[in-house]
Amino acid sequence: MRFMLWTPVAIALLLSACGDGAAPGGAGDTEPFASRYAAMPSQPLLLSGATILTGTGERLDDADLLLRDGRIAAIGRDLEARDAERIDAGGLWITPGLIDVHSHLGVYASPGVDAHSDGNEATAPNTAEVWAEHSVWPQDPGFVTALAGGITTLQILPGSANLFGGRSVTIKNVPGRSVMDMKFPGAPHGLKMACGENPKRVYGSRGQSPATRMGNVAGYRKAWTAASNYREKRERAEAGEGDAPDRDLQLDTLAGVLDDEILVHNHCYRADEMAVMLDVAEEFGYRITAFHHAVEAYKIADLLAEHDVCAAVWADWWGFKMEAFDGIRENAALLDAAGACAIVHSDDRFGIQRLNQETAKIIGAAATAGIDIPPERAIRWTTANAARALGILDETGTLEEGKMADVTVWSGNPFSVYTMVERVYIDGALAWDRLDPDGNPVTDFSLGTTTAGGAP
Amino acid sequence: MIRRFAVATLLALPAMGLADSFAITGARVHTVGPQGTLDDATVVVEDGRIVAVGRDVDVPAGARQIDGSGKIVTPGLFSAIGNLGVTEVNAVDGTVDYVQRGDDFTASFDVADAYNPRSTLIPINRIEGVTRAAILPASSGRPDELGNTSNVISGLGAVVRLAGIDAVTRRRAVLVVNLGESGGRLAGGSRAAALLSLRNAFDDAIDYAAHRDDYASGNRRDYSLSLPDLEALADVFDRRVPLLAYADRASDIRVLLALAGDYELPLIVAGGAEAWLLADELAAANAGVVLSSVNNLPGSFDELNARLDAPVLLETAGVRVSFGMNRNMQDHNARNITQAAGIAVANGMTWEAGLRSITLTPAELFGVAATTGSIAAGKDADLVLWPDDPLELTSYPEQVWIRGEAVPMQSRQTLLRDRYLDAGSAVPPAYRR
Repeated sequence: MRFMLWTPVAIALLLSACGDGAAPGGAGDTEPFASRYAAMPSQPLLLSGATILTGTGERLDDADLLLRDGRIAAIGRDLEARDAERIDAGGLWITPGLIDVHSHLGVYASPGVDAHSDGNEATAPNTAEVWAEHSVWPQDPGFVTALAGGITTLQILPGSANLFGGRSVTIKNVPGRSVMDMKFPGAPHGLKMACGENPKRVYGSRGQSPATRMGNVAGYRKAWTAASNYREKRERAEAGEGDAPDRDLQLDTLAGVLDDEILVHNHCYRADEMAVMLDVAEEFGYRITAFHHAVEAYKIADLLAEHDVCAAVWADWWGFKMEAFDGIRENAALLDAAGACAIVHSDDRFGIQRLNQETAKIIGAAATAGIDIPPERAIRWTTANAARALGILDETGTLEEGKMADVTVWSGNPFSVYTMVERVYIDGALAWDRLDPDGNPVTDFSLGTTTAGGAP
Repeated sequence: MIRRFAVATLLALPAMGLADSFAITGARVHTVGPQGTLDDATVVVEDGRIVAVGRDVDVPAGARQIDGSGKIVTPGLFSAIGNLGVTEVNAVDGTVDYVQRGDDFTASFDVADAYNPRSTLIPINRIEGVTRAAILPASSGRPDELGNTSNVISGLGAVVRLAGIDAVTRRRAVLVVNLGESGGRLAGGSRAAALLSLRNAFDDAIDYAAHRDDYASGNRRDYSLSLPDLEALADVFDRRVPLLAYADRASDIRVLLALAGDYELPLIVAGGAEAWLLADELAAANAGVVLSSVNNLPGSFDELNARLDAPVLLETAGVRVSFGMNRNMQDHNARNITQAAGIAVANGMTWEAGLRSITLTPAELFGVAATTGSIAAGKDADLVLWPDDPLELTSYPEQVWIRGEAVPMQSRQTLLRDRYLDAGSAVPPAYRR
């Protein structure tokens, strides 16, 4: 694993620093735009008698879950905790809070007016210097509807117009006044890269490179060559040999990938292109954490498993462009069956509200192909595997003692279309409650513009 | 592969090309008609038609018997908005035939003539239960190389059957127009201009129809439309063809109700994000609403009051509600209308109303309910056999019949899947079939 992982101690430092109102500690001293996330207040809570999908592949029936101090304090049967409020969760299902690894909430916010089009810096094929977090509008009503769909963490990415779109940001799905209030403490940055039709169409139509897929690959290699040189120069300077290079924000990002500090999230549809990208990564000594969209991932499931690269896919988007023509519903199931890391993602403000339903489609399709996927296995696609791809699996994504108490409570089996999200907890705090609509968040935009937001 | 193929090979091959007689027995049959839901019932099909349905129906001598015990039978599903068979790959312009630009053909643009029954989209959607679809022209504000955009009037929509070559079952089923924000953009600015251009076109067509000879001899004023468009609109008024109008904002829907009333055309509101605010008025006008399959966000200022329980609010007020417009994928994934209905049920609609919204209601709205949309003697045998609840997303049909013919339960997607199922094969994929 070359993911950047944060120790609980570092996280605790960060959080306590926030709590004291002091400047963010730890890496925050040197890190610009550091997280100012502070968990909402919570009380110890014992959810009892539920069906629990842990995210580790296990299903526990008639089980209890104890949340305390924002963490999962215990999971199992017949738990006792005198200090905790006890909630009868009989008949309910509990899963880790869902994680969407591919969202554009905030950077393509609702309403989708031109003024909110902040996701594609489509001015040059390499814009590795831009950071999606500087486009995130926290008042996007889509955050609230995603919360109602059980989403506790999401990665917001730049768009796919460019070969290098810029840095992504991973956030906790909590209302904030700035993106720093939402940033997942300690989560590594991602780098959005894009294969295929989009970059070559955007720049080819302007008579510039890339205009072809070979142009795309030349563009990647050129950039990685520059980044390798920059990094080498920097390292030599640190060792006292020669001058340090002038700081270059674009090369900083790429060097961060070569240093294993920034995770590559690569938009790529076709199997043959993903295979080429694996070779590009090998040539320059970096790692691709996940292919996104990966409509043809099922054709190279073995290769992805072998390289330990995740594939984040839709259930059924296909045919909207040529490179999506071979999409099949069983994609994630075939990946899973081959031992590869399968993730179900949305890329969509509606899809993010029901990743559980998208998963259900795949479960059903897989069954017709003779592949049985029980709920405890399928839930990993939007929890543990997603957390792994974001470099935050040590902190969230499964219901295990010591992890963040990011929890979604469902009215029943999450893979039934009739099941509703009952409650969502983020770091142990009740963030959303179906039965208490007046207590749920309303963004500034919705306030007074919608009947639900109090408009006359 | 198992479930789907077992049934497919038993039934599909002998039945293809020749609709024989058969009976499905012992199933729970959701007729979506006056007979309601029948347990342990029999459906008898002869020569492509349903001849009997009920609990005490005998299987005719010589009819093949299909054991449906423990299973569910529904009418074939109806996709109420989309472009099945008039697009293959949306980003490949040459395959996209539902958008017309320029002013030469607007009301007369008949999308049925572009329908391709061999499109890959057809089997992909029909093996998941979609047996009929409305195919509609659409307007685009994106100019072509000559700078032409589409018109406020998109053209004429049709109904197709998702099997066979002669598949267009109803031509000129609706006239498609655009109001609201998108209509305004097509009209050159304001949504008020979109309304004006519609009224102008309608008045011209009515005047033309009453004075064809004068027009031909040059003794009538100029019209805003071409001759084919005038003729097409004259036919719309002659036959009272429904006006299918895209509109989301409540104020636009109110304007639309007045327009449809003035010109005495049946009204289908498409999109309808805020239609629930006018539920009573829509019911009183006997209007239908084809909702976006899921919409609860202000995608535009026209949709500020979009909400997930809009379907039940409309339906309980007496408005005929259907789904068909999946904002991402209205063509390729028409099959996801079951998800739209399921979400509507989860948000308060009755299960029966949910099924009706994707079967009989759209058949009524598009004028084909006499032959399809429910399971009743005399109707076409458009049937789906499900292993379990059809609105559950884990549920896939075991067999689909269109006019009594068992369709092969196979699509380009199942072929791709099967090619790559055998991960361990040493043979290159291209040799695997």
